[in-house]
Amino acid sequence: MRKIFDFHGGIHPQENKHQSLQTPIRDAGIPPELVLPLGQHIGAPASPIVEVGQRVLKGQMIAEPLGFVSVPVHAPTSGTVSAIEDRQIAHPSGLQAPCIVIASDGRDEWAPLTTAADYRQLAREELLARIRNAGIAGMGGAGFPSAVKLSTRPGSQVNTLIINGTECEPYITADDVLMREQPGRIVAGARILQHLLAPGETLIGIEDNKPEAIAALRAAAQGTEIEVVVFPTKYPSGGEKQLIEILTGKQVPSGGLPLDIGVICQNVGSVVAIHDAIVEGRPLISRVTTVTGEAIAEPGNFTVLLGTPMQYLLARAGYRAEQNRRLIMGGPMMGFTVPDANVPIVKTTNCLLAPGHGELPAPSPAQACIRCGMCAQACPVSLLPQQLFWFAQGKEFEKLESHQLFDCIECGACSWVCPSNIPLVQYYRASKAEVLQLRRDHERSDQSRMRFEARQARLEREEAEKTAKRAARKQAAQQRAQAAAAGGSGDEDPIQAAIDRAKAKKAAQQAGGAQHDASEQEKLEKAVVTTRQRLETASSKLAQAQAEGSDLVTALQTGVDKTRAKLAAAEKALQEFQQAGPALTAGDAAGDPAAAAIARAMAARQADAAMAPADKARNQLQGLEQRLEKTRDRLASSQANGDEQKIIEALAMTVTRLEEKVSAAREQLKNPGDA
Amino acid sequence: MLEFIVQYPLLSALLALVGLGAVFGAVLGFAAVQFKTEGNPIADQINALLPQTQCGQCGYPGCRPYAEAVANGEAINKCPPGGEAGIQALAALLDLEVIPLDEEHGEEKVKAVAFIREAECIGCTKCIQACPVDAILGAAKQMHTVIASECTGCDLCLEPCPVDCIDMIPQRESLQTWHWPLPDPASREPQVIATDAEAAEDRAA
Amino acid sequence: MALLRVTSPHAHGPMSTPRVMQNVLLATVPGIVVLTHFFGFGTLVNLLWACLVALVCEAAALKLRRRPIGFYLKDCSALVTATLLAIALPPYSPWWLIAVGIACAILLAKHLYGGLGYNPFNPAMAGYVILLISFPLQMTAWTPPRGLGQTPGLVEALQACFWPSSYDGVTMATPLDLMKQNSSLLVADLWAQTPQFGRWAGLGWEWVNLAFLAGGAWLLYLRVFSWHAPLAMLASLGLFAAVFYDGGSSASGGSPLFHLLSGATMFGAFFIVTDPVTSAVSVRGRLVYGAMIGALVYIIRVRGNYPDAVAFAVLIMNFAAPLIDNYTQPRTYGRRRDGSEQ
Repeated sequence: MRKIFDFHGGIHPQENKHQSLQTPIRDAGIPPELVLPLGQHIGAPASPIVEVGQRVLKGQMIAEPLGFVSVPVHAPTSGTVSAIEDRQIAHPSGLQAPCIVIASDGRDEWAPLTTAADYRQLAREELLARIRNAGIAGMGGAGFPSAVKLSTRPGSQVNTLIINGTECEPYITADDVLMREQPGRIVAGARILQHLLAPGETLIGIEDNKPEAIAALRAAAQGTEIEVVVFPTKYPSGGEKQLIEILTGKQVPSGGLPLDIGVICQNVGSVVAIHDAIVEGRPLISRVTTVTGEAIAEPGNFTVLLGTPMQYLLARAGYRAEQNRRLIMGGPMMGFTVPDANVPIVKTTNCLLAPGHGELPAPSPAQACIRCGMCAQACPVSLLPQQLFWFAQGKEFEKLESHQLFDCIECGACSWVCPSNIPLVQYYRASKAEVLQLRRDHERSDQSRMRFEARQARLEREEAEKTAKRAARKQAAQQRAQAAAAGGSGDEDPIQAAIDRAKAKKAAQQAGGAQHDASEQEKLEKAVVTTRQRLETASSKLAQAQAEGSDLVTALQTGVDKTRAKLAAAEKALQEFQQAGPALTAGDAAGDPAAAAIARAMAARQADAAMAPADKARNQLQGLEQRLEKTRDRLASSQANGDEQKIIEALAMTVTRLEEKVSAAREQLKNPGDA
Repeated sequence: MLEFIVQYPLLSALLALVGLGAVFGAVLGFAAVQFKTEGNPIADQINALLPQTQCGQCGYPGCRPYAEAVANGEAINKCPPGGEAGIQALAALLDLEVIPLDEEHGEEKVKAVAFIREAECIGCTKCIQACPVDAILGAAKQMHTVIASECTGCDLCLEPCPVDCIDMIPQRESLQTWHWPLPDPASREPQVIATDAEAAEDRAA
Repeated sequence: MALLRVTSPHAHGPMSTPRVMQNVLLATVPGIVVLTHFFGFGTLVNLLWACLVALVCEAAALKLRRRPIGFYLKDCSALVTATLLAIALPPYSPWWLIAVGIACAILLAKHLYGGLGYNPFNPAMAGYVILLISFPLQMTAWTPPRGLGQTPGLVEALQACFWPSSYDGVTMATPLDLMKQNSSLLVADLWAQTPQFGRWAGLGWEWVNLAFLAGGAWLLYLRVFSWHAPLAMLASLGLFAAVFYDGGSSASGGSPLFHLLSGATMFGAFFIVTDPVTSAVSVRGRLVYGAMIGALVYIIRVRGNYPDAVAFAVLIMNFAAPLIDNYTQPRTYGRRRDGSEQ
């Protein structure tokens, strides 16, 4: 007799399994519409490979896996893809997720299947690929892709293969009936896994409250090396880690995998699915689901197509909606309430529990924690739930991690025993999520910081490069000027000299005027002076030409006009600069557009903060109107200049949009109550 | 030695104290030179707590400058993206009192990501220049696009855009981000899950 | 009707906090009966008056703290505090003594810290110690047990409580007092000379202790608390007494049996030490916590100023409970004892 180990803690809730064991497995039939979520497993959701309106056959792949930890989705029956859209799925959040919707045609026409006459002839990779392509994900409730779990690293030895037929949750009997009615397929599936993994021993673990299943499996396993191991009933012995401890006495290292200690676990449902996929070539398109609870007239187990709306399955079992306040997917310990009875059955739906009013009463309000320690006695992973609760309340995340919050398997034993009805598991779930969120946020902010610093460095580098270039140019000009002065004979090209002078002047201006307003002003002043000089020379030339009666008069006339205009512009610019001077000197942000944007946004916000809401709205309106005006001007000038069609269109659209915004803002200003 | 101590107890005590002072002073001085920390460690720690949106809502050109300012005594409530939680973390680090967010610098908002309506983008590169984390890709006269995973939601690209084609899209709750809320300990009702949709319905009702 | 959305688990075990408290109250019944038998109606009058004051204090504190009064009164924790304090007080205590004790226990030791579950010190013992230090005379006035003197009747009990000035009760030293005062006699001689010592540990007292032991055993059977803390306390107290028994010389501290069955030993072990709020939480922590209390009880009884020591020992260890918790975290599944990953 094999030695059975015990794990710490555990509880003995009422089993309530007999209700659904009165009848054999029934077939639920084909519903008119099937909704197949793309993410029915842990990992990346599958990606659709069919189109709306396309006819699909039963067993045809309709979504392919995306990445390594992912599995495909298959059409559970023949029909037409009626939609690929977001639908509400079985998830405690009640949120929507992408689904493929199939309108069944009732013909149930199979797609061609690849069967294997003898799987022993197939290579290991081929077997794994077939398991993956059959869309098999852990059917005990977690939904981890089976092929990933079975892909052992080369060199790692599997000592023990465990087939999990424990089913420790109250009410659920899906695995139980499967073991009773199809022990042959389970054993055959287990032999495929034996072939694949070559384990030292193969065990089927069952709790002692399922004598019929034990007898059936023992009979089927006669003559094989598969051992059926029976152990006392205790919740949560079906948890992977707990089952491994019961059967081997070893504990899976925290943060590690069972394979680290040479163990691989598979649920009996998954084993049957693997058998079907390898031997018959059938992908995972249906499963056995328990429908039970007092609000069900004829509780029992059903073979149900994936994607079947729960409503349809419940109706088959005689659902009395008026007696049911919460519909639970999974068992009473770890299952979650679904938001609506119309959500689809997925690969992990092992049970639909519709309790009556008195059966699972609504949780009574939580009382104070008296630290009685019953939770610590019940915890199967030897945590101190009462301490974790304390820290979770105070959001002391470091303490939570040092008390090993992340080893919690959320089995619910602590909440079950808690005399004060504290929803402990919810505290742990929320805290775990929050810790993970914090970690992610931190990673993100680190990333942003690095990018920001990289950008800063780049800007500085560019600035430095520019300055260096300018300095070089200046030096070159000076050298040339010196050379010119040294060789200052009359044979030098006067034009070249003028260009050099201009260049040198420009370089000097740029070098000096980059940062200082004073030099900016100087530049403007100088511009005014030089333009005036040029105007004077031009005017005198014009006078001379007129006097001589030259034919250059018209040309010189336009030149004078142009110079005059330039002078006016330069004078205006200088004047404006002098007026704006004090305001601009405050913000030295002119160099960096980001800094400029910050400065403007800051000013606007400060002004905003000081204002009453009505003023704010009015201000907003004003701003919008200004922007509208600006864009209109820009549009007009673009049209006048004959800019690209695309730009004109974009500007025109901006104008219409801004107009809408303005009218909306006006509306809001009129009825401030709506805000 | 012993005789000296016995003979001049006061003097020897004084000498001993001075000697001790000299020795420890030397040790401290050596340690200060040997284990000199580069930069400002407090500012680094503060910077690590800031959200790194680089939005400048605090009035400083980026998170790092604000961190340095806080290290030098600037108020800790000027960071709207960090919000209440950020202020609490800063207060804990610097042993200060938790103060409410300074509204002058903006309000705590749902995190958003910039999105360029690409059909309308004219390729002016103004938003690219304004982006503090280089999260906008594009070239002159080519349409630009935002790398959503790198966008910090700082809003700085909105204002420079001449055609107003950038939207800030608030990040919606998804199956990946949804999680159970902490139960409300004061509630006497059974802990019913609240989602945004339900809350919105409640408000509408 | 929309489907309810609540968090798992959806099933719940049979235990509830009010039921735990009620079980504790029921378990005190044998002890109270025996106390009443040996010391008269004083204990019962104490008890009723204490419960009344406790309910009023609790309701007032809840009202001040703006908590739902009915909801929290139903958890019976105030009644448990009152009962435990009333049992610990000498019978025929005046009404004001009880009222002050209860008020200190409920208001100071419990609600000032945030109510049930948040109090670092056992409220009943905190109230008891405050009274013992403030009113040592009243707190050591024990009536002689039945068989050694006149046991007062119900009328006298009421009179003692509510018109203390008109009551002139007889008091007598308890066996623990006598043991402490003894300096010249061998233990065997002391037993022979003084009738108070009874058969094993003191007339009346031995039966009172056995009654509380029975109540405690029943609670253990119901798994209201785990055996670790009380048994560790009794074992360590017995061990200390055995080691320092000294063959029954005049300097002896008394036999293990004497210590286990006199004073508040059993009452303390099963009704005070087991208070989950103020004790250590892990199994190993509770063993340490109980053992330390046992040791302190012996040391204070033999070497300290007060004849009995359960209240002091418990309060001192209440201080230490968080420290013990910190060092006695259990080994989590899949981890080494120091919490590191394997």
